[in-house]
Amino acid sequence: MDVSLIVVLVVVTALAFDFTNGFHDTANAMATSIATGAFTPRTAVTIAACLNVAGAFLSVEVARTVSGGLVDETLIDPVVVFAGLTGAILWNLLTWLLGLPSSSSHALFGGLIGATWVAGGVGAIDFEAVLNKIVLPALLAPVVAALIAVVATYLAYRTTARARPEVVARGFTAGQRVSASMVALAHGTNDAQKTMGVITLTLITAGLLAPGSPPPFWVVLAAGLAIGLGTYMGGWRIIRTLGRRVSDIESAQGFTAETTSTAVILSSTHLGLPLSTTQVCTGSIFGAGAGRRLASVHWGVAGRIVLAWSFTLPSAALVGAAASWLAATGTAGVVVVAVGAAALAAGIYAVSRRNPVTAANVNDVPRPAAADVPVGTAA
Amino acid sequence: MHVDWATLAAIAVVAAAASVTVVLLVAFAVLGLSGSPARGSGGDGAPGTRSAAGTALAALCLLAAGLLVCYGLYLIVA
Repeated sequence: MDVSLIVVLVVVTALAFDFTNGFHDTANAMATSIATGAFTPRTAVTIAACLNVAGAFLSVEVARTVSGGLVDETLIDPVVVFAGLTGAILWNLLTWLLGLPSSSSHALFGGLIGATWVAGGVGAIDFEAVLNKIVLPALLAPVVAALIAVVATYLAYRTTARARPEVVARGFTAGQRVSASMVALAHGTNDAQKTMGVITLTLITAGLLAPGSPPPFWVVLAAGLAIGLGTYMGGWRIIRTLGRRVSDIESAQGFTAETTSTAVILSSTHLGLPLSTTQVCTGSIFGAGAGRRLASVHWGVAGRIVLAWSFTLPSAALVGAAASWLAATGTAGVVVVAVGAAALAAGIYAVSRRNPVTAANVNDVPRPAAADVPVGTAA
Repeated sequence: MHVDWATLAAIAVVAAAASVTVVLLVAFAVLGLSGSPARGSGGDGAPGTRSAAGTALAALCLLAAGLLVCYGLYLIVA
């Protein structure tokens, strides 16, 4: 296949992935702020979008590897990247349809692992790196975040127990506006970076950029705008799950959850073991729910989220592998993958229209009477 | 298999210290701004009058929390 054509295809697919990454992760920063009314839904997504774009431009760190050393990088060519991105996008769309927060990075790594597996055999995958960099942090990130959030929330309620409720609500609402913005900015510096890395390294392998080049300005701009636009579209289904279905979140809990998320994300990034933003934020929200009153958390929702997490990497890998196998057959295969993925994406979107969740109805969830509510609305 | 437990422990300790500190600072600021609790006011003085000490406490706590937020911003940007 013509080199420049597959490069263009990779760039477009990478930007599409960045877009799904954006709307998948709006909930991380804004779900509790929208639920407590610290921001109106529209204001929340606008702020998150702007901070994500700003974050894309702020970060100076250049991604050195596409996969973070999980697979043999010498086997990664544009076709493998394209197949991996396809797997990641489809898994992101499916979990969005089900309203489940899952890690976009894990989907991307899963897609790349599957695609590389087909292209280079099982030996091309570094399973120890997968265990150390993906599986273990995925197990620990939500637990650590949840435990910290439980303690912080308990202390916040203890400290302000004798204060006037309206002052407490106002104070923590103001705090929440700051803490939510911090999460959004940290997200922008982390996640837009990944797409820039993928595009830049593809350009380098295609010989269009000198090895070791920083991302060209148009790549930074396009990646920033794609994630910002995605964030602005708002993954309302996931926002509803995290904001309304985990627990009845008050502004004090929203504030402690977001503060915990920011602290865990920043410390993990700077101590050299980056944790998934989505998993940290989800853990914090559950912890903040449990910190006020253990029984008020809907643990059934947690179970469903954990299930989605454990399927993220294998599912994206499976799709990535299938796409890689098809795309390796030549131009016709690549076209089939592209058209097939677009058709599946359109199908998922069409299903979502049957039961739309928008800025207008994101907060109207019938109060769950029982301990559990169905999250999956794919019917 | 090598698991970097030391880094994980460091992350947990640093993050816990940072978030509990910020949350407590804001909580004390709220407490300071709230003034004396309504049930404590026997008759003299409106319920929840802000005391100068409370306001000073709040200002101090918010200043400290603000500094921590600025350090966080510095970490994000740098």
